[in-house]
Amino acid sequence: MSVEAPAVGRGAPVSTSKRKVADRDDLLAKLFLLPTAVYIIGLVAFPFFLAIVFSFTNVTTGNPALDFVGLRQWRTILSSSVFWTSFWNTIIFTGISMVLIVLIAHVLATVLVKDFKGKWFVRFCVLLPWTTPVSLAAVSWLWLLNSIFSPIDWILRWFGFIEANMYYLGRPVLAMGSIIAVHVWRIVPVATVIIMAGMMAIPSDIQDAAEVDGASFWRKLFEINIPLTLPITAVAVLFGAILTFADMTVVFILTRGGPTQSTQVLSSWAFFKGIEGGDLAQGAAIALFLFPLLLAAAIAILRAVRRREVM
Amino acid sequence: MAHVVEVRGLKKHFEGGDVKAVDGVDIETRPGEYLVLLGPSGCGKTTLLRIIAGLEEPTEGQILIGGNVVNGLPPRARGIAMVFQSYALYPHKSVLDNIAFPLKAAGLETDERRQKVEWAAGLLGIDRLLDRKPRNLSGGERQRVALARAIVRDPTVFLLDEPLSNLDAKLRTSARDELKQFQERLGTTTIYVTHDQVEAMGLGDRIAVIFDGKVRQVGPPRDVYSDPADTFVATFIGSPPMNLIDRGDHLLGFRPENFLPAAAVNGRDNVLQVDARVYRIEYLSGDRHVYATVPGLGDDDAHIIARIPATVDVAVAEDKDQRFAIHERDLRFFDGKTGERTDPRPVRL
Amino acid sequence: MAPEDSRPPEKLTAGRVDLTNAAEVERRRRERRRHLVRGRVALYIMALVGALAGAAPFIWSTITSFKADADLYTKANNPFIYNLPPTLEHWRLLFYDTAFLTFAWNTLWVGVLVVAITLLIGLPTAYALARLDMKWSGPLGIAIFFVYLIPPTLLFIPLTRVVGNFGLLNNTWSMVLIYPTITIPVSVWLLIGYLKGIPKDIEEQAMVDGYSRLGAFLHIVVPLTFPGIVAVIVFAFTLAAHEFIYALAFVSSTTEKTISIGVPTELIRGDVFYWQSLQAAVVIVALPIALVFNLLLQRFIAGFTMGAVKG
Repeated sequence: MSVEAPAVGRGAPVSTSKRKVADRDDLLAKLFLLPTAVYIIGLVAFPFFLAIVFSFTNVTTGNPALDFVGLRQWRTILSSSVFWTSFWNTIIFTGISMVLIVLIAHVLATVLVKDFKGKWFVRFCVLLPWTTPVSLAAVSWLWLLNSIFSPIDWILRWFGFIEANMYYLGRPVLAMGSIIAVHVWRIVPVATVIIMAGMMAIPSDIQDAAEVDGASFWRKLFEINIPLTLPITAVAVLFGAILTFADMTVVFILTRGGPTQSTQVLSSWAFFKGIEGGDLAQGAAIALFLFPLLLAAAIAILRAVRRREVM
Repeated sequence: MAHVVEVRGLKKHFEGGDVKAVDGVDIETRPGEYLVLLGPSGCGKTTLLRIIAGLEEPTEGQILIGGNVVNGLPPRARGIAMVFQSYALYPHKSVLDNIAFPLKAAGLETDERRQKVEWAAGLLGIDRLLDRKPRNLSGGERQRVALARAIVRDPTVFLLDEPLSNLDAKLRTSARDELKQFQERLGTTTIYVTHDQVEAMGLGDRIAVIFDGKVRQVGPPRDVYSDPADTFVATFIGSPPMNLIDRGDHLLGFRPENFLPAAAVNGRDNVLQVDARVYRIEYLSGDRHVYATVPGLGDDDAHIIARIPATVDVAVAEDKDQRFAIHERDLRFFDGKTGERTDPRPVRL
Repeated sequence: MAPEDSRPPEKLTAGRVDLTNAAEVERRRRERRRHLVRGRVALYIMALVGALAGAAPFIWSTITSFKADADLYTKANNPFIYNLPPTLEHWRLLFYDTAFLTFAWNTLWVGVLVVAITLLIGLPTAYALARLDMKWSGPLGIAIFFVYLIPPTLLFIPLTRVVGNFGLLNNTWSMVLIYPTITIPVSVWLLIGYLKGIPKDIEEQAMVDGYSRLGAFLHIVVPLTFPGIVAVIVFAFTLAAHEFIYALAFVSSTTEKTISIGVPTELIRGDVFYWQSLQAAVVIVALPIALVFNLLLQRFIAGFTMGAVKG
């Protein structure tokens, strides 16, 4: 046993001021919460406001002074075509990815909740895209989508579907598709796991009752399974959306925002402008657009969940 | 008239034959009867019910409904309805949609559905609850919704899986009464699974006692109680259970209420008298439960319980020997090895 | 028999089979068997497709890592077999001629330290939020949620300045300092789920037996949360190993890099991509993490659902 010797209730209760810190819940709570609060305030909230401050100055890597310049940076950004490309790309990439992710994850989750031979191995393979560091996975895909040596092209040529290579990363539309594909490939595993958890939470009794009541496969799917997993599907969507919205690694490694800035997203463009270009003020401003977008997405999804609260 | 439900030679094995959940069961139900499948947890009664329902297929054996073999048919084709222990109400649907669900699955139109739902809800007294969601219902109300959903399909058989075990103890007695009246009114054959022998005795027209995947005895409550087919049935039914005394190659059994102080037992002929060493008396709801040893009958350690009803006024004292008696017709004999009921034999002290 | 009002308005027969019609019964039986078989086949096909989609890039990465240059850089060659004998040259190069081992070492110790910090700070925080019902709990809970909405790709520019002020620019220690901002929110969320699964009675029993609140926390709660702690260790380490943008922004010298940024940036010298070594690196990192993840997947799901439902 440790320092705390048992003081089994003899005599009058000890007055509050005499009780040790180790017993005072309120003090303990503050102590326990303090480090996290410091981290969040110091390294999240403070930099957040610093970013806002930056956006109203002309700070660069060369000129670290924070000279106020009003709305100049904002005007420059909002009139830049690359910015708007980034803005819409961020939304479109995320939107399309999420739709695909939800559909595919649902199918995979339905498969993985059942029992069959080799299930562990299948699960292992399905999880691989998620457990690999993003940058390394992107490097793998960089070669798979290579303009000359792509194995995908090789297979397609072998089957006779195409003659010349596809230039996945060289043509704007194909490049966008490639980025979406890699996002989907990467995030489907985690969405599947979340949706699986939701499916397993549905009591088996309800499935049995639906079977006894005479529901066909499709009726069971649309009237029972999908409605009951909706709340947790929403969690998966929120997670996936945040991961896709805020990611710059895939774009950075696959296309660097090319060809000709057509696949740029807000976070990658902020990086190129801010760190590689040295214009910290503009970079900060561009990146700030992520916050309202994420907030809107989060509110929309959470509200949808609240309305469908069933348990 | 043909049996409504019949099960022949039913076996259900898991894990390649290692686990025998159901091990050769033959049962038939009579039309309109309330048959209870009674047994402890894990005895196979729920598995049996699920096989009859069509939620699982047997390893061997046949299931017949209305005289026709239904093996291989899905639940909806068998004309059965089932109420689960948890009621399995669809949490996201209203009471009305819950009850209407099987009708919707059967392709009925909205008006027809409404009609039938209102009929079923009226029968169960839940018409004012139609717009509520399950989470806003009490346990008793949920049970009625589950029943309504079952009857709305006008099934040939009701299958009920311990539907009262989720209710408060107080509610259970009244719910049991309502359930029985309800079934008698409808006249639908019912198979009811429970582990509670009080429930079984109260509800069943006949009780099938199941243990280890086999049916030990089938019969009306009275028969199962006073003429148990083996030691399992004898000790599972009745509270306190039947006293069993080891006498070497056989076991002697008798119900606590038949073993009374000698002064309270009428007649001299065919009455067995024993000295009992009383070591504790409990006063329960008017009855006296007397704990004693009967060294003359079995080993020194043979503990028995006697239940003396309130109407018998004879004094019994703790820590004293006292003369007790029992009519020979109330003695039961069981084989020492198999536990099965055997013919009576003379008892020598 | 039964009185009239107990019969439903009309006999309901839809969906049911006339059991006396043997042909009909046999038809239904066959239909059901067909359904079950078809369902099973579909299941296996989906499982196969899912597994292949997840694993194919890695299978191919492994094959490629042993390919000779002349084999790899011939467009016509089948990328999935060894047209020329396989070679260990590129693996040798990875380990001896590049800073890969340095990167691996950096990733390792950064990961371990970040996990330690996360647990030391996160566990008490989670406990305080789950148990010590204080007026701070609500606001801090919301604050943690908001941290999700302020991603690294927003904060990296101001944080670069902050890190500079700490004197940690171009130093691996910058990651040790900053990564907990990413790992702590998720870990707290996970741990709250696990903690709520521990009945209050056990702690109260400990306090009756003579422990202080702090003592009960240390001696009783922490050991019982062990599965959650394991989950957090794996999750936090993975997050630290995957992180890209902070590392990219803070560090530029080879010796200070981690695998996540080191591999994509350093295994490319000018225009030359050391593809085989790159793929080798991908495989080395991906497989162990995937294995550990799979072993602990069940625990994840438990914590996830608890956190989602109660969070």
